[in-house]
Amino acid sequence: MATLTWKVGGAQGEGIDSTGDIFATTLNRLGYYLFAYRHFMSLIKGGHTNYKVRVADHPVGYHGDDLDILIAFDQRTIDENAHELTEDSVLIYDSGKLKSPVIPDGVKLCPVPVTNMAKDLGSPIMKNMVAGGVSAAIVGLSADAFDSLIEERFGKKGESMVQSNKAAVRAGFEFAMERYGVLKQLPNPQPAEDGGGHLFLSGNEAVGLGALAAGCRFLAAYPITPATEIMYTALAHFPKYGGKVLQAEDEIAACIMAIGANYAGVRAMTSTSGPGLSLMQEAIGLAGISETPLVIVDVMRGGPGTGLPTKTEQSDLNELVYGSHGEIPRIVLTPSTVEECFYYTAKAFNLAEKYQCPVIVATDLYLGMSKQSVPVGAIDFEKVTIDRGELISEEELLALGPGEYRRYAVTESGISKRSIPGQKYGRFVAMSNEHDEGANEEIEDPETRVQQMAKRMRKLDAFDPSALGVEYDGSETTELTLVGFGSTRAQIGEAVKQLRENGVKVGHLQIKVVKPFPDAMVKRYLSGAERILVVENNATGQLAELIRARVGFHNKIQSCLKFSGDPFTVEEILAHCKLEQEVGM
Amino acid sequence: MATMKDFRTKNKPTWCPGCGDFTVLAALQKAVVELGLEPEQVALVSGIGCSGKISQYFNSYGFHSLHGRSLPMATGVKLANQDLTVIAAGGDGDGYGIGMGHFVHTVRRNIDITYIVMDNHIYGLTTGQTSPTSERGFRSKTSPQGAAEEPVKAVETAIVNGASFVAQAFSGDVKQMTQIFKEAISHQGFALVNCFSPCVTFNKVNTYEWFKEKLVNVDELEEYQPEDADRALRVLAETKGTVTGILYKQKRPVYHEVMSGASDVAAAKLDLRLPKEEQQALLQSFR
Repeated sequence: MATLTWKVGGAQGEGIDSTGDIFATTLNRLGYYLFAYRHFMSLIKGGHTNYKVRVADHPVGYHGDDLDILIAFDQRTIDENAHELTEDSVLIYDSGKLKSPVIPDGVKLCPVPVTNMAKDLGSPIMKNMVAGGVSAAIVGLSADAFDSLIEERFGKKGESMVQSNKAAVRAGFEFAMERYGVLKQLPNPQPAEDGGGHLFLSGNEAVGLGALAAGCRFLAAYPITPATEIMYTALAHFPKYGGKVLQAEDEIAACIMAIGANYAGVRAMTSTSGPGLSLMQEAIGLAGISETPLVIVDVMRGGPGTGLPTKTEQSDLNELVYGSHGEIPRIVLTPSTVEECFYYTAKAFNLAEKYQCPVIVATDLYLGMSKQSVPVGAIDFEKVTIDRGELISEEELLALGPGEYRRYAVTESGISKRSIPGQKYGRFVAMSNEHDEGANEEIEDPETRVQQMAKRMRKLDAFDPSALGVEYDGSETTELTLVGFGSTRAQIGEAVKQLRENGVKVGHLQIKVVKPFPDAMVKRYLSGAERILVVENNATGQLAELIRARVGFHNKIQSCLKFSGDPFTVEEILAHCKLEQEVGM
Repeated sequence: MATMKDFRTKNKPTWCPGCGDFTVLAALQKAVVELGLEPEQVALVSGIGCSGKISQYFNSYGFHSLHGRSLPMATGVKLANQDLTVIAAGGDGDGYGIGMGHFVHTVRRNIDITYIVMDNHIYGLTTGQTSPTSERGFRSKTSPQGAAEEPVKAVETAIVNGASFVAQAFSGDVKQMTQIFKEAISHQGFALVNCFSPCVTFNKVNTYEWFKEKLVNVDELEEYQPEDADRALRVLAETKGTVTGILYKQKRPVYHEVMSGASDVAAAKLDLRLPKEEQQALLQSFR
């Protein structure tokens, strides 16, 4: 299980992202498994940004606690990332710019005048490529490793651009080879079955592809970090198949448009993050009472208010589970990997149409914006089924005749057959007001109210969240069981592995549906645990609270919380396990 | 061929006797019949308030949505299925208060829908508060000293933001209103019809008589050309907005024909499965 971690950092606007992207994409194509995490600030130029890549010989869902190689274009990069450096780390810094950098003890230094070298080659912006060449040399890649990607990325800008970038890579490569040689070993590549690299994509991209695979052909959204990439993915791929993408004036409009489009028969969605989700709460209630299918993706970020727009958090949970006025049936899915982002989004459309209610897919910045390598077959459009739920047929409507179809007919399942505008004799008015079976307003009649309310509230009785909602790794009884949802999965998994290596009997429960809550399964897996540690990126322990409310175990549950904006490290989770152990129960 | 009866429902309107909304409903039913539309081809999206109840009384597909949200709802419906005739309807509070942002953006996009605003200068269903179109000095439960604000100039706003069809009608003139509805629905693009629809219960100022006295019909103006935006704005200024007829129209690209993903086939009628070779190519682009 070999890994190598690499990071490049500097001021925003210096091309850090593209440097990281070229390095990562190249390694992915060579058959390595990667996890690439972007750290950035809510500004355009200046500040600090970095791009970290963890390279492994097996799939990884976490960027790693430490750093093997850090490339720093400025002192701030060294300062902000020093905590990840170890005695084995290599620090490459711009020796032309940083004359006497403050360096942590014990780190191996590789000064390279990257900016000056780039200037000599024609443009200081190419320092990124020089740094790429230095990286290639140090990890034992060849000088031409990035050539094909440079041709792809810069080809449109002309041949001279391609040549100068290649020359910059070679300059960096030769400089480093001569002075430092190979300092770090890459793990063994694991080529995909077809010989090429693995798929390399973010959770947001996987959400977009999952929607496309499920037949979603309408997305309305308002730009918001970290969810905008979903709109970009839709823009890149929906229109080719007649799918419509609209940038709305606000999240209220975006969500209402998605409801209107679903009502009119297309599979439609909206994507947003915390503040946008708050604006959509009114519309979520509308989808609930009008029984209109709706898919929302919430890519959580640091809150409240506009909070930490470019940092990760899992603090929308209460809003997802309880938000909107009144009471409505809803489903909230919390995928935990890029593959799950694909399949759970696809599944959301089936659930929304089957149960005619809002379905929210909740991820966060860390899962949404980090790119991961996944095996080629792991994302498969053919595995996505399309089930449009209870639609009334033309024949059934003709047999009923004019005025006889009842959109909100009270059924045992709570689900009534849906007609689509354009169908003869299928006329109905989707209702925001309380109504009777025929979609007529009868808001003063308590009997009808109770009947319709009860009908809506029982429609999810048939939905079994445990089927896709719970994954447990461990034995029937444990000393300690770690519980998490969403993006913390990989770190919890690595912590569990290390604990087991140290002889601790530990379990890992991953919750992937939070509404309706998989009570029975959670109860089953937690009942054998001596101690339960709920790991979540928020300040108040919302998941722990939900578990207490739904299944109990009050005296066994402790929280491991982080709300700094950064994802958990494995070390932090382990420290918490130890801490709790010493304190005892 | 559908008749008036086909566009009626068995629901008896709960509007107050004499409410202007009755004639809006009748004119709309007449207009769609005369245009040869069938009930299943039409979707009427309404907001909340007295005016929002119109979807209960008009026999077509419909969505009785939320206060101020009829336009994004109608937008979603139209973009999902451009083959439908989509009409949005609501009141002045609904459309020009809470819905004002959506209004301007729907105008800008030129969504191919007809938007009927039943403008009574007051909030009716919440029992008589000042509305965005109430005149300055208007006294109501929420402006006992008289409204301090200028009224919203919705029609002018539509024109200056690029509306492709702008008209005003009056509940006291069903004939003109029907004709305007027919032209608005036939128009390719966003068509606003602001209908003066008196509230007989709460608005004792802007009554039928008040409107009859003030209203100027552009059809009776000398050489009025609805293609001239400057003239339209001038007439609106001169009459303080109390003017009826088709005030302005222009040809503009319709949103669903130029948006990202524009297609001759309605989104709701597309094949949902991607061909296998397309799936492969798509995934390949993520390597």
